Amino acid sequence: MGTTRGPRPEAIVADGIDRSLLGQQPHRRHGLQWFSAAVVLFLVFLVAYSLATNPRYEWGVVFGWFTSERLFTGLLRTLQLTVIAMAVGIVVGVILALARLSHNIVVAAVAAFFVWIFRGVPVFVQLLFWGFIAAIYPRITMGVPFGPEFFSVSANDLITPFAAAILGLGLNEGAYMSEIVRAGLLSVNRGQTEAANALGMRRFTVLWRIVLPQAMKIIIPPTGNQTINMLKTTSLVSVLAFPELLYSAQLVYSANFKTIPLLIAASLWYLLVTSVLSTGQYFIERHYNRGSVKIVRAGPIVGLVKMIRTRRAAQEVQR
Amino acid sequence: MNEVVVEARDVNKHYGPLHVLKGIDLTIHRGEVTCIIGPSGSGKSTFLRCINQLETLDGGYIIVNGSPVGVKIKNGRVHAQTHNEVARSREQVGMVFQGFNLFPHMTVLQNICEAPVRVKKEDRRVVRERALKLLDRVGLAAKAGAYPSALSGGQQQRVAIARALAMEPRLMLFDEPTSALDPELVGEVLDVMRDLAGAGMTMVVVTHEIGFAREVGDHLIFMDDGHVVEHGKPRAVLESPQHERTKQFLAKVL
Ligand SMILES: Nc1ncnc2c1ncn2[C@@H]1O[C@H](COP(=O)(O)OP(=O)(O)O)[C@@H](O)[C@H]1O
Ligand SMILES: [Mg+2]
Repeated sequence: MGTTRGPRPEAIVADGIDRSLLGQQPHRRHGLQWFSAAVVLFLVFLVAYSLATNPRYEWGVVFGWFTSERLFTGLLRTLQLTVIAMAVGIVVGVILALARLSHNIVVAAVAAFFVWIFRGVPVFVQLLFWGFIAAIYPRITMGVPFGPEFFSVSANDLITPFAAAILGLGLNEGAYMSEIVRAGLLSVNRGQTEAANALGMRRFTVLWRIVLPQAMKIIIPPTGNQTINMLKTTSLVSVLAFPELLYSAQLVYSANFKTIPLLIAASLWYLLVTSVLSTGQYFIERHYNRGSVKIVRAGPIVGLVKMIRTRRAAQEVQR
Repeated sequence: MNEVVVEARDVNKHYGPLHVLKGIDLTIHRGEVTCIIGPSGSGKSTFLRCINQLETLDGGYIIVNGSPVGVKIKNGRVHAQTHNEVARSREQVGMVFQGFNLFPHMTVLQNICEAPVRVKKEDRRVVRERALKLLDRVGLAAKAGAYPSALSGGQQQRVAIARALAMEPRLMLFDEPTSALDPELVGEVLDVMRDLAGAGMTMVVVTHEIGFAREVGDHLIFMDDGHVVEHGKPRAVLESPQHERTKQFLAKVL
């Protein structure tokens, strides 16, 4: 073409649309994006400036305690609580879900009642109840009701703060998991159960080999989310004086009064672990969404990597 | 006369207020192919599903392979069968569905081997050998390792037939096995069924494939509104139907 960028004559049809230009990448304006980036940068600068210059953050103290053995031990207990409470939650959830789908109305009603209680009462209150269980039942006894006893222990010996934490967190989680598992089981096409039944499979085989594996697609992604939530919820257990991460930090600052630095140190650990779990969660969701067009929420790490990648790809295309 | 495989007498079935089966009588002998035709909603699927207890009947009885369906008689009283007893009686009855219903998380070979291994506790290697032979028989030897999602509808239905046959059933039930298929895939499934009939399998086939019914069927049943309206040799029913409703239906489908 010559120096003018005008349309080639043959490209213009009677309707006046220059077809030689269609199919080119449309021109985009980036002005607003630059402006918003500048505003955000300025705000980030303000926050960073305050973080760096306000002496009350005491960053030296923060990092000293961040790497301390006491907080690390607390973190390990937090992870332990998370894993065990989730395990209890999943087992209880599967049992409750099956019970709620049972043809036996009594079984289904009992399960629904259980879910109603353990989902309806705040988990913080439930933890307090388990912690104070000895006030209701000072002794826990095995035996025939109103008959002979086989053994009996003091509730305070049996329900330690750790046991109270697992009961409180696990049963509450079970109530939530039962909804997730139920949705998963119901998502499996009825034809699958019928085909399995028609082949003579027993009920357990149908559930274990045919229905549950297919329900996993629906069950696993929200279970990952629940795990991340559980990690944070374990901090409530500090009320039972069980030295997980938050209570470990509280023990330290009640002695040295470095309240804010210790809360920051604990928060950094929570952030670190939830970020790692979120990354895992992203891959789990991507794995289970293969072939379907659901949008996956990426965590901060994956999100940033993805954003940069798609930007680059878009630029390559434009070149 | 051959031995009786299915004896259904005065079979009744309701869904709430809806009276779906209004006294079905039917006798099927070993090696016979019985085709059932009739308008949509006439109760064909429901009757088929009653034969292997996917539905419970609420009047009359069915005896399959010498045992009453869904009940047992003890000390002169009738008791409902337990889940395991129902499952055991289903082992001898294969069923093929309109929607294939293959297990999507298993390969073709796993689909076929699952029930014989889990239910009949057969040796895995023996079952595998049998499964590969069955796959060969339905023309899909090359697809043993494929997942159902990678197969065409016709291929899936042939796998579903092989899966049912792997249990070595004495009776096969087909509920519109070709209705969900693209027209060009119908033939390959009917071919497999024709072979099976030729090999002496006792079959009950709900179908709209009148040509198949005429050629392969020993009996043709026309159902309408929960009744068996007409029952006879396929040629007789198709060429000189006795009832007005049969004539009307055939006029529409032929
Ligand atoms: N599970 C069910 N619940 C209620 N009604 C049903 C159910 N299954 C079938 N029906 C009804 O029973 C009648 C017969 O259905 P079906 O046996 O599937 O007919 P066909 O296979 O001949 O088309 C239809 O009116 C259908 O709507
Ligand atoms: Mg039907």
